[in-house]
Amino acid sequence: QSVLEDPLLLFYKMLGYLEHPVVVTADINLNVVALTAVGLLSRLWQLSYPRAVVFDEVYYGQYISFYMKRIFFLDGSGPPFGHMLLALGGYLGGFDGNFLWNRIGAEYSSNVPVWSLRLLPALTGALSVPMAYQILMELGSSHWAATGAALLILIENALITQSRLMLLESVLIFFNLLAVLSYLKFANCQKQRPFSLSWWFWLMLTGVACSCAVGVKYVGVFTYLLVLAVAGVHAWHLIGDRTLSNVCVLGHVLARAAALLVVPAAMYLLFFYVHLSLVYRSGPHDQIMSSAFQASLEGGLARITQGQPLEVAYGSQVTLKNVFGKPVPCWLHSHQSTYPMIYENGRGSSHQQQVTCYPFKDVNNWWIVKDPGRHQLVVNNPPRPVRHGDVVQLVHGMTTRFLNTHDVAAPLSPHSQEVSCYIDYNISMPSQNLWRLEIVNRESDTEVWKTILSEVRLVHVNTSAVLKLSGAHLPDWGFRQLEVVGEKLSRGHHESAVWNVEEHRYGRGQEQKEREVELHSPAQMDISRNLSFVARFLELQWRMLTAKSDGSEHKYSSSPLDWVTLDTSIAYWLHPRTSAQIHLLGNVVIWASASLATVVYALLFFWYLLRRRRKICDLPEDSWLRWVLAGAVCAGGWAVNYLPFFLMEKTLFLYHYLPALTFQILLLPVVLQHISDRLCRTQLLRSLFGALLVAWYSCACHVFNALRPLTYGDKSLSPSELKALRWKDSWDILIRKY
Amino acid sequence: WDETHFGKMGSYYINRTFFFDVHPPLGKMLIGLAGYLSGYDGTFLFQKPGDKYEHHNYMGMRGFCAFLGSLLVPFAYLTVLELSKSFPAALLAAALLTFDTGCLTLSQYILLDPILMFFIMAAMLSMVKYNSCANRPFSAPWWFWLSMTGINLAGALGVKFVGLFIILQVGWNTISDLWHLFGDLSLPVVTVGKHLTARVLCLIVLPLTLYTATYAVHFMVLNKSGPGDGFFSSAFQSRLSGNTLHNASIPEHLAYGSVITVKNLRMAIGYLHSHRHLYPEGIGARQQQVTTYLHKDYNNLWIIKKHNTNAADPLDPSSPVEFVRHGDIIRLEHKETSRNLHSHYHEAPLTRKHYQVTGYGINGTGDSNDFWRIEVVNRKFGNRIKVLRSRIRLIHLVTGCVLGSSGKVLPKWGWEQLEVTCTPYLKETLNSVWNVEDHINPKLPNISLDVLQPSFPEVLLESHMVMIRGNNGLKPKDNEFTSKPWHWPINYQGLRFSGINDTDFRVYLLGNPVVWWLNLLSIALYLVVGSAIAVAVQRGAHLPAEVEGLSQVLLRGGGQLLLGWVLHYFPFFLMGRILYFHHYFPAMLFSSMLTGILWDTLLRLGAWSLASSSLARGLYVVGNLGLLLGTAYSFYLFHPLAYGMVGPLAQDPRSPMAGLRWLESWDF
Repeated sequence: QSVLEDPLLLFYKMLGYLEHPVVVTADINLNVVALTAVGLLSRLWQLSYPRAVVFDEVYYGQYISFYMKRIFFLDGSGPPFGHMLLALGGYLGGFDGNFLWNRIGAEYSSNVPVWSLRLLPALTGALSVPMAYQILMELGSSHWAATGAALLILIENALITQSRLMLLESVLIFFNLLAVLSYLKFANCQKQRPFSLSWWFWLMLTGVACSCAVGVKYVGVFTYLLVLAVAGVHAWHLIGDRTLSNVCVLGHVLARAAALLVVPAAMYLLFFYVHLSLVYRSGPHDQIMSSAFQASLEGGLARITQGQPLEVAYGSQVTLKNVFGKPVPCWLHSHQSTYPMIYENGRGSSHQQQVTCYPFKDVNNWWIVKDPGRHQLVVNNPPRPVRHGDVVQLVHGMTTRFLNTHDVAAPLSPHSQEVSCYIDYNISMPSQNLWRLEIVNRESDTEVWKTILSEVRLVHVNTSAVLKLSGAHLPDWGFRQLEVVGEKLSRGHHESAVWNVEEHRYGRGQEQKEREVELHSPAQMDISRNLSFVARFLELQWRMLTAKSDGSEHKYSSSPLDWVTLDTSIAYWLHPRTSAQIHLLGNVVIWASASLATVVYALLFFWYLLRRRRKICDLPEDSWLRWVLAGAVCAGGWAVNYLPFFLMEKTLFLYHYLPALTFQILLLPVVLQHISDRLCRTQLLRSLFGALLVAWYSCACHVFNALRPLTYGDKSLSPSELKALRWKDSWDILIRKY
Repeated sequence: WDETHFGKMGSYYINRTFFFDVHPPLGKMLIGLAGYLSGYDGTFLFQKPGDKYEHHNYMGMRGFCAFLGSLLVPFAYLTVLELSKSFPAALLAAALLTFDTGCLTLSQYILLDPILMFFIMAAMLSMVKYNSCANRPFSAPWWFWLSMTGINLAGALGVKFVGLFIILQVGWNTISDLWHLFGDLSLPVVTVGKHLTARVLCLIVLPLTLYTATYAVHFMVLNKSGPGDGFFSSAFQSRLSGNTLHNASIPEHLAYGSVITVKNLRMAIGYLHSHRHLYPEGIGARQQQVTTYLHKDYNNLWIIKKHNTNAADPLDPSSPVEFVRHGDIIRLEHKETSRNLHSHYHEAPLTRKHYQVTGYGINGTGDSNDFWRIEVVNRKFGNRIKVLRSRIRLIHLVTGCVLGSSGKVLPKWGWEQLEVTCTPYLKETLNSVWNVEDHINPKLPNISLDVLQPSFPEVLLESHMVMIRGNNGLKPKDNEFTSKPWHWPINYQGLRFSGINDTDFRVYLLGNPVVWWLNLLSIALYLVVGSAIAVAVQRGAHLPAEVEGLSQVLLRGGGQLLLGWVLHYFPFFLMGRILYFHHYFPAMLFSSMLTGILWDTLLRLGAWSLASSSLARGLYVVGNLGLLLGTAYSFYLFHPLAYGMVGPLAQDPRSPMAGLRWLESWDF
């Protein structure tokens, strides 16, 4: 037993003897093995039960299906790595993606490999147990403390619930812990043998684990920053170490920069690369993306735009899509109806033909680009391309009226000008239908207007108003389409005033009848275009970050303040007939004592710090450093994963606290060991304290056991039993009324 | 431009009418005071930008702001002089601020920013001054500067909440100072304690007192009812003369048969309201609409009745008065239409997840869906319900949902009043908490509302809550162009102060690009040079005495200024509210001072590295002169932005400003 207790020491001792020859030293810590085994048992137990959609599986499941069918999707909640890991489970289980993820509690059909879909989160959850042990060992804690930490993670109900389902928190926690563990291993290698193989291994693994954590969920970035900060402080000490040569220090700094900055960035790009090459087919989320992006997907828009002529010429027939596309993506549109003479609020209009933005494909979305100097509406041979700065007229294809704006207030935005298709009523209101074309993303001042790629502003020549989507919905007379206005004050470049050509063809028909036939027929010609990966990545990333989740309230949403005291819970699933249910609830004993430990740590830390400042050292230097490092990693990990939530405006749930909680639990044994070693001065006190700990741990086990039916959902409890479990009024345990 | 806001608020002080603004009151009070002293009578309406002042005496207010704005230059000079002990550095920093068109424009008008910047700079200056008194603790100048710091902090916070950042800076400086003293083993702990007490007194107690005092003055001056009433709670309104609640006397406890109005606790939601119009076809059940309405109206009156008895008229003088208690089941009858407040399993008109609330029944006879349980938040069952003070929730008995207002505006058919729903989510939010405001019951003795008047701390707390909510409410709309924090230091786009067309007299708030881009370059250079020196020191390199001194100036003095810049700039990235270009100006003050120190140090270092002393002197003098003259010349170029320009817009090649439109985004 004693040999097993300190495998590291043994390992280093052995290293002294076995130097150069290649020797495989297998040293197996039975403790780690045992912890892994119980971890696996707790997380994998009846994994495919319940065979029904549980809580957020309904979202993640959709994305898995999209991966299986290779359909493009956009999820603003996180980068694609986490979804891809879940999809990997589906791939290995032979999932074909055919399941309708629409309702929590819906029963899975037989083609859904529930077990393999849930396997990955469960495995990562199980591995967190031995990793907690390893982290505490690296922090210099005793074998007992390390085992304690692992056992606490093992019986934390909320962590178990969260890792047994297709959810990403356990994966995130795993990578967080892995990042911390490998950094600590690396830091310990630093003392022994810098630039050795294991030094490089752990350093690189730190970077990789950090990028994986960020890749699973954006909140992983907080742990990454923590690791960076600790590494920064260590590096700063290294710079101050005057026994090292300058070259050596430079090497150290560069190695860290490469592993902790370059590698994660590259990995992050890699996730997106894999993601984009996996989902190459068009799907329901296409509309949010730009035309260029959509054209790069298989099917969908690409099927239409494939083979369009690239350069827009005089006589071209085009559809113009708004680049901003909010509240909905839409195309410039006009139709026979006119603006009402008098609006409801008494203002007057020009009574000319309406121009709107319409969110559906329609023959009325077609416009013809016309040279003001000529009469023809067809493309010459060879075509004369339109360039930046040219003045053009836009003719509505179906009604052959000209796009026009004038000094009349727009229907819903009275500060802007009305945009209409000009009808001559002979009332001394001349047509003002000249527009200057400005290509926003041009590279030179003579650039040609290109289909899909060019983003253009249309500036009215007479009034210098800019054609803009105001975002307001017209009332019934405008068929609830979106309002288009001429914005007089171009307050900077806003994307709502930028348009791009989506569909495009060269007009051939001389007569209106021929043109109408042309407009109705689908466009067909040649050439195809593809965006570079970087452009696609940047656009996707930008859309993901700006995608607004509907900030609607949710029955189980909570505020960060509720989390520390566990004043909230989430019902995940309820058996359709019995009252067996899965409910996200934490182990209250662990929860409370972890918070208490954090407070104790902070108090002790400041006490020691102040006394050290007055040169009273309670702790010897090396154990002080260990104490600080443990605090930086565990208490720091808790703080960085918890406090930022106070600033977030999205809907928050209890499970957002779990990464922070994990770090807090790691702090608990550190504090307990410190109390037992330093503050219990006599052997008697120490034994008493030990006895207390045993009692406390069995208490935690008891709570785990009591809440187990809600964690695994395998046992139906009677209403009175459920009521008895409702220890807090704010816990919303579902009780079936018979 | 924004003069319409702050000038108007100055007028409010002179007229003593109550108003609401998202900023603390000190700045507007000072404007009001300046106007008052200079004989402005507060009658100008400040309706829209561009209105002519005509005979109104506005120069006092503008002069006051301009005076504070011009004090920034000497303050910057003194601060940099104190930090670097170098005359050219101080001169450069002062010149940058003098010749910056943005600072100039901003301090010419009746705005809060010159006042805010004045207090920020004054606090910074006093902090720096008192740092240099550190070797003579507890001497008179030491006390003076310490308390000046405190006073100016209160001033900065009292003008805008942005003042918090300078408080953070001073706080950081104080903590590191104390830490330093604490580590000095030659000082006994008692002395350190004295130091601590002095700072607590001057930097916490003093500013807090002053800050609270400004509110006391604010509430004392503004004692007439005005446009800001509706933002505040009923209890608050009872303080204002002219408001219906002022000096009113109503029964204290809610009783059955009383006629009441029910007000939502959330700001700007209003009173529970109903009227003789039905929900239109297709939107829930076709029953009478229930909304919330901000104005006082007969349709806001409800009668509170027992759920089961309708027959016995509770107003019958013979029957005894029965009080409504927490947890009672009640029915609310709309007084004008005699319909009951009702809810059922139909989705609400706008918030689809909530239930619809309607008026139902004839002459008070409805069904069991009219029953509501009345609960007081955080009280025990069986207690009476107090008018105005009790926060109540109405829980629908059948569906178990809570009466609330979503705050969404109903379309035309609902007269653009706000939607009322019954939310199945029992989370306590202000949207679903109400209080009883008017209360009419002839059988009960009236008590004067003065008893209910909130105490000063309560008023203070409430006005802060309202301000914070107001600030959070300022959200940019989707399709609007908004200024982003990253635009600011690169001077991406200015702000039009007045005038749009080519014939107007136009003033455009834009930093002098030469100054701003020099500042930007300086920050980058500072980071490079600063970290190079820091690494060298950490590596234990032996620096010559002169370089040692310069690097100390750069690291210490420059570090403080950099911290100031960081604190006044980066928090804006986290803010969700709508942002404007002028928010950057406090940060810009710090970066200008940093530029002064940096270039002086760099020139000195350059001069030191040269062999011959005459050449070194020459480089130093030429460098400083070059920077000064360069900024002066650029000011000559750009001064029309601040002092106003007429003529064609700069897009037009004929305009005299055409050559100066260096960025396409500048639209002057």
